[in-house]
Amino acid sequence: MILANWWDLRTLANPVNGLLGWLEERFPDWVAYIVSGLIGAAAIGLFLGVAMLLLIWVERRVVARIQIRQGPNRVGPGGILQPVADALKLMQKESLTPRECDRWLFWLAPALLFIPTVLILGVLPFGERMSVADLNVGVLFIIAIGSVMPLVVFSAGWSSSNKYSTLGAMRVMALVISYELPAVIALLSVVILTGSMQLGQIVQWQADHWMISALLLPLPFIIYTISVLAEVGRSPADVTEAESELGAGYLTEYSGMKWGLFYAAELGNALVFGGLIATFFWGGWWLFGAENVIPSWLIFMVKMLAGYWLFVWARGTLPRLRIDQLLQFSWKFLIPLGLIFAVIVATEVVIWEEAGASSWIAIPAMVVVNVLLSVALVVGLVRILGFESVQQPRRAHLTTDIGIVNRTTRPPGAAEPVAAP
Amino acid sequence: MSDAGVAIGFWGLGALAVGAALGILVTQNLLHAVLLLILSFIAIAGLFLTLTADFVAVAQVLIYAGAVGVLVLFTVMLTPSSARVNADTVFFGPGFIIGGLIAAGMAVVAFKTPWSIADRGGFTTTVGLIGDALTNRWALPFELASILLIAAMVGAIVLVRSAAPVDNLEADQPVADIPFDQTGEADGRALATAAPRGGEGH
Repeated sequence: MILANWWDLRTLANPVNGLLGWLEERFPDWVAYIVSGLIGAAAIGLFLGVAMLLLIWVERRVVARIQIRQGPNRVGPGGILQPVADALKLMQKESLTPRECDRWLFWLAPALLFIPTVLILGVLPFGERMSVADLNVGVLFIIAIGSVMPLVVFSAGWSSSNKYSTLGAMRVMALVISYELPAVIALLSVVILTGSMQLGQIVQWQADHWMISALLLPLPFIIYTISVLAEVGRSPADVTEAESELGAGYLTEYSGMKWGLFYAAELGNALVFGGLIATFFWGGWWLFGAENVIPSWLIFMVKMLAGYWLFVWARGTLPRLRIDQLLQFSWKFLIPLGLIFAVIVATEVVIWEEAGASSWIAIPAMVVVNVLLSVALVVGLVRILGFESVQQPRRAHLTTDIGIVNRTTRPPGAAEPVAAP
Repeated sequence: MSDAGVAIGFWGLGALAVGAALGILVTQNLLHAVLLLILSFIAIAGLFLTLTADFVAVAQVLIYAGAVGVLVLFTVMLTPSSARVNADTVFFGPGFIIGGLIAAGMAVVAFKTPWSIADRGGFTTTVGLIGDALTNRWALPFELASILLIAAMVGAIVLVRSAAPVDNLEADQPVADIPFDQTGEADGRALATAAPRGGEGH
C-alpha cells in the first residue's frame, strides 16, 4: 500500500498534498486553492514542454531508423539538441502573413492550438491520485474536447484564404466527423465494462480485477487506436496536409514559429492520445503490483510513450491513404464492428452480474471469448464487404513489363512487345 | 471562497456569452459569426459548470460546440454566397426590430418572474441520476426519440439518393480485352482502369 507520507514519491500526490495541507493550516483556504491550480498548471506546462522537445528528436530518429537512414545526429550527443536548434531557427525565420488572409483568425489559431491538448492532460491520471482534475464525466469531457479540436485547425486553414488550405481544413472536419464516432463507440465498451466515466476509476477497475482491458476488449482497443490516429491527423491518415495533393493543407501559408507550433501541437496531441490509450486499455499507472515498488507515474509515462510509439511506428511504416478510403473504412468497417462489440460487452456484463461469478473465473473466460469473437467479427465483416486478401503481384515483375506498353490501345497487327529478359 | 469564485465565474462567463452573441450580430463575416456562436456555446457550458451540472456542461460542448458548430460550418462553407458581407440584406430592419422585441420580452419575463432559490446545495454527481432517469423512468420517451432520429436519418438518405447508380465501367474499356496473367487476378473490376499488366511469359 502506498503511504501518505509526503516523502513517499511513488505517487507525487503525497508531496503536493503535504504542501497544500501545510498551506491550509496557516493561510485562508483560497491560497491553497490558487497554489494547487498553479502547481497543476506548472506540472502540465513543464511536462508538455520537455516532452515535445525530446519527442521531436525521438520521432525523427525512430522514423529514420525505420527508413534505414541516420536522422539528426550532429547537434549535441546523438543529435538530441536538434529540436532546440530547430526552434531557434524557426523563431528567426520571417513570419509571412498573406495579404488576403483573415488576420485575426490567422494569428489566433496557432495560439489556441494547445488548449485542447492541455485540457486533456488535465484529466489524465498520471499516477495513483495524480490527476489535476479527475472529473466524473472524464470520458465525455475528452470526447467533447476532441470534437472542438478541429475547429482551431479549420479556422487556421480557412483564414489563410488559400484554396489548398481551405481544402485541407474541410478534410480535417470530414475526418474528425468520421473518426469521432468509432472512437466514442469504442469508449462506450470501456465505460460499460468498467461502469464509470471517471478516468481514475477506469484505471482502478483494471487494477482491482488484475487485468488490462486491451485483452478484455481487443476490438475496441484496435478501433480506438485507429480512430485516434486518424483524429490526430498523422501519417498514414495525414490527408489533411497531404503534400502530394494539397501543398501542405492547412499549413500551406504558415511559416516560422507559427508553423513550428502546429508541428509541436501535432506531437503533443499524439502524446496525449497515447496517454489516453494507456489509460483506457493498458491499465494506466497499474502494472501487476509493480506500482508498489516503481513510482506509478513512471509506469504511466512509459505506457504513454509506448502509445506514442505506436503512432510513430505507423508513420514510419505505412503509406498515406486516400481520403475516400479513410472515410469508407470508418463508416463501413469500424463503426459496425464497434457497435456489435458494444452489444456483446453489455450482454457479457449483464451475464456476469446475474450469474454472480467471481472475477477470477469471469475475467479469463471473458478474455478468451472476446479475443475469439473479435477475430470472428473482423473476418466475417471482411468476407461480407468483399475485401479479399489478395497479394498483388504474387511474383516480382520487371518494371519494363508493367504499364510501359498499353496493350489494349496497340494498333491491330502490331507486333507483340518483347518482354525484357 | 466558493461563493466568490462562482460569482466571478458567472459574471465572466455571462459577459463572454453575451459578448459573443452580440458579436454574431455585429460581425459582417459569416464565418466569424459561426465561430463566435461556438464561443458563445462554450461560455454557456461554463455557466452550467457553475451550477454544478457537469454532465449538461460537457453535453453542451459536445453537442452544440462540437456537432452543431461543425454542422453550421459545413452549411456555411457549402453556401454559394457565403463570402458576401452579412449586412447586405433587405431583412436587416425587420430582423432588428423582431430581435429587439424578443430580447425585450425575455428581459421583462426574467425580471418579473419571482425566481425561487433552491434550498439544497450543489449536486455531487449528476451522471448517475441522468443515466438512471433515461434508462428506467423515461425509457420509453428516450427510445421514441431514438426512433424519431432514425426516421429522420432514413428520410435524409432517401432524399439525397440519386435515382439509379450510374455504371460507366463498360464505357471505359473492354474488360475482356485486357490480357491477364495467370496470377489469379480474375476479377476485372480492379484492373478496368489500371494499366494492363504484361508478363504471361513467366
